[in-house]
Amino acid sequence: MELINLLNYALFFLTLASVYAILTLALNLQWGLTGLFNLGIAGFFAVGAYTSAILTTPEHAGYVGGFDLPIFVGAIAAMITSSIVAVIIGLITVRLRTDYLAIASIGVAEIIRLYFKNAEWLTNGVRGIPGIPRPFGGQPVLLLLLLLAIVIAVYFLVERARISPWGRVLRAQRENEDGTLAAGKNTNRFRLESFVVGSALMGLAGALYAHFIGFITPQAFQPLYGTFLVWVMLIAGGSGNTLGALLGGFAIWLIWSGTQILADFLPSTLSTQAGAVRVLLIGLLLEIVLLLRPQGLIPEKRTALVPRKKSDKGKG
Amino acid sequence: MATDLLQLLYYGLVYGAIVALGAIGVSLIFGILRFANFSHGDLMTTGSYVALALVGWLGWPLWAAVAPAAIATGVIAIVLDRLFYRHLRRTAPVILLIASFGSGLILRSIVQIIFGPDNHVYRTGISIPFRWQGLVITPDSLWVLGGAIVMVILVHLFLSHTRMGKSMRAMSDNMDLALVSGIPAERVVMWTWIIGGILAAIGGILLSMDTKLHPTVGYHELLPIFAAAIVGGIGRPYGAILGAFIISLAMQYSTLIISPAYMPAVAFTIMLVVLIIRPSGLFKGTL
Amino acid sequence: MNLLEINDVYGGYGGGDILKGVSLNMEARDIVVIVGPNGAGKSTLMKSAFGLVSIRSGLVRFDGSDITRLRPDKIVRRGISYVPQEKNVFPTLSVEENLQIGGYILKENLKKRIEAIYAMFPRLAERRRQAAGSMSGGERQMVAMGRALMLDPKLLLLDEPTAGLSPAYIDQTFDSVKQINDNGVGILMVEQNAKQALAIASRGYVLTNGQNRHEDTGAGLLANREVAEMFLGG
Repeated sequence: MELINLLNYALFFLTLASVYAILTLALNLQWGLTGLFNLGIAGFFAVGAYTSAILTTPEHAGYVGGFDLPIFVGAIAAMITSSIVAVIIGLITVRLRTDYLAIASIGVAEIIRLYFKNAEWLTNGVRGIPGIPRPFGGQPVLLLLLLLAIVIAVYFLVERARISPWGRVLRAQRENEDGTLAAGKNTNRFRLESFVVGSALMGLAGALYAHFIGFITPQAFQPLYGTFLVWVMLIAGGSGNTLGALLGGFAIWLIWSGTQILADFLPSTLSTQAGAVRVLLIGLLLEIVLLLRPQGLIPEKRTALVPRKKSDKGKG
Repeated sequence: MATDLLQLLYYGLVYGAIVALGAIGVSLIFGILRFANFSHGDLMTTGSYVALALVGWLGWPLWAAVAPAAIATGVIAIVLDRLFYRHLRRTAPVILLIASFGSGLILRSIVQIIFGPDNHVYRTGISIPFRWQGLVITPDSLWVLGGAIVMVILVHLFLSHTRMGKSMRAMSDNMDLALVSGIPAERVVMWTWIIGGILAAIGGILLSMDTKLHPTVGYHELLPIFAAAIVGGIGRPYGAILGAFIISLAMQYSTLIISPAYMPAVAFTIMLVVLIIRPSGLFKGTL
Repeated sequence: MNLLEINDVYGGYGGGDILKGVSLNMEARDIVVIVGPNGAGKSTLMKSAFGLVSIRSGLVRFDGSDITRLRPDKIVRRGISYVPQEKNVFPTLSVEENLQIGGYILKENLKKRIEAIYAMFPRLAERRRQAAGSMSGGERQMVAMGRALMLDPKLLLLDEPTAGLSPAYIDQTFDSVKQINDNGVGILMVEQNAKQALAIASRGYVLTNGQNRHEDTGAGLLANREVAEMFLGG
């Protein structure tokens, strides 16, 4: 591979990795900090991407368009629509117990994806939306710098949120819900807030994805890529840990891209199956990560925020 | 119009039978092993492809391939448990959920690597549907209904008349009390996977008879299956059957009002409504 | 020889100690009742005889053997059965199936034991096919006790058996307890209905703050003025 190709690939890799890093940081807010097992990441990712795409693309025949708004407006709008969807979904789901929340959230994400796939008047259906404007005319280095800047900004946002009083309440109620309720904090309100903020960030990531790639289809937001890959990143990096989430994002993206390169080297008989081989590898990777280091690469330093009160069944 | 409604009812019963076989397994696994098995759809796919291997490579008739495929799937389920889930038993249910998603990916991709990404069928040629009372009925769909009924009866007999079946129901009802009564937890777990695997395989074969064989054929039904299990009540196999028919009929009849593309959305919506209003489901499940 | 000996036990559930040096003795075929205010450690004391408590120091001895570190599924095979306060039956299983599961580890004699339980509780025989969860509180309590008795234990641990029951069922439950005891089973029970419980007890223990406060015969505690004022409602 020539140097220039390698360099281009590296830029592409890092930029897309940054998008996933933002998703992972957002998920860290929801799961690591608040204990919300969100399997619907792909849904908010899609909402953000489509919102920004629809608002910033020129006129098209056959589906909505022509607003021609600037990219940053699209990005902000993406965050707003994601938040609105999150408020609606959140009001329903945040009070559910963890595995029900998981199933409900994946159901929601699938409904969203089904809608985007079928509402051709809005999204052009499976054909997708092409021609999404790219910042800086697509200049790769500037794009990467922009994205890295956003990643750093999101990182500090999430980290500041974690150590803030608000974040302390979230962590306390994650560890000891009864104690926090007793202390008078409205648990569900905090969970909802965390859910919405996280989803807004996922919407932002979606918008950035759309503007980076320049073309989106419903296929890009399937649960595998939009949701589970992010979960692998978070678990690998250490859930609850902001830095871990960031590193996990980049590390797993490296491995995932690595499988793409490996698949390119497969003998031609297998190369048609390259996609399946990659999926197999990611499945195995997931299991290995879970078995070996369920707490992740950088485990969260647990400090007891509320003294544990062990309640036993029956009066003592 | 009346025949349309009747036709949809028939489709609903056929599809509901398939979903029921998956949902019973999911419900039992959820009730006893305490996690949502996201690889269940892929277990169905595995069963249907093992049958395909026997039919396609060894030339067996399909009916002869059913039992070996079912047992093979049960064994595969146990192997996955030994490899992955067993080590994670003490962790949170969500970790097991993710692990099951991972094993689903592994199953799905191995199937695709071996058999390729294209569609397959058990039998080439067109099967002629026949008409009865104005209904269009394919011979395969009759096999689906018949096969499902037989399996449900067998499962019922197992759960209500065998020691292991009662132990499974006991563990699902009240895990602590069951353990304290001396029920061997790991043995029950193994049987849960066997029963779940057998039902999934047969459900998968029937599904593939009714539609086609494809590496994602089972995964595609995962959420309706979960919807059925939740509607019926987790850990309640009979609830799962009822839930399956409710979901299936709702999906079919929804096509009178909205586009068939949104049928899965109908299933999810019912599931969401149940989770909000009555999370323990119709038969008051254990979770 | 003592049936059960709990000696100077300190322990809890993994946090701080709930039991702070508490002791208890009982002979075979005794009925022993533990009373005291909420949070005193009554249930915990009883559960320490069933491997449900982390015991930091002290000894629990049953029928001469040390069972301090044993787990519940081992203890149940030695002759102690436990009826929790809540969730003490299999709700979707029938009465008969509950008993069958209770006798799961019996190699033979399952049917004989079931008939013995029915002899003790004829009401259960009448309703043998009914789902345990659909029964009334008092009858459910009978199923719970019947399940525990399937292994013919020497000692039965009962955690607040009359909690939440109507007065008629409370009487019935205490009658059942006496009947079980007449059949040769020792009973160790925690009760809020202290007066009625002590009336049928051979011995009683009053616990406060995880420690022994009083110990006497049932009648003795009932006659004790301080105990009467503080714990028996006068």
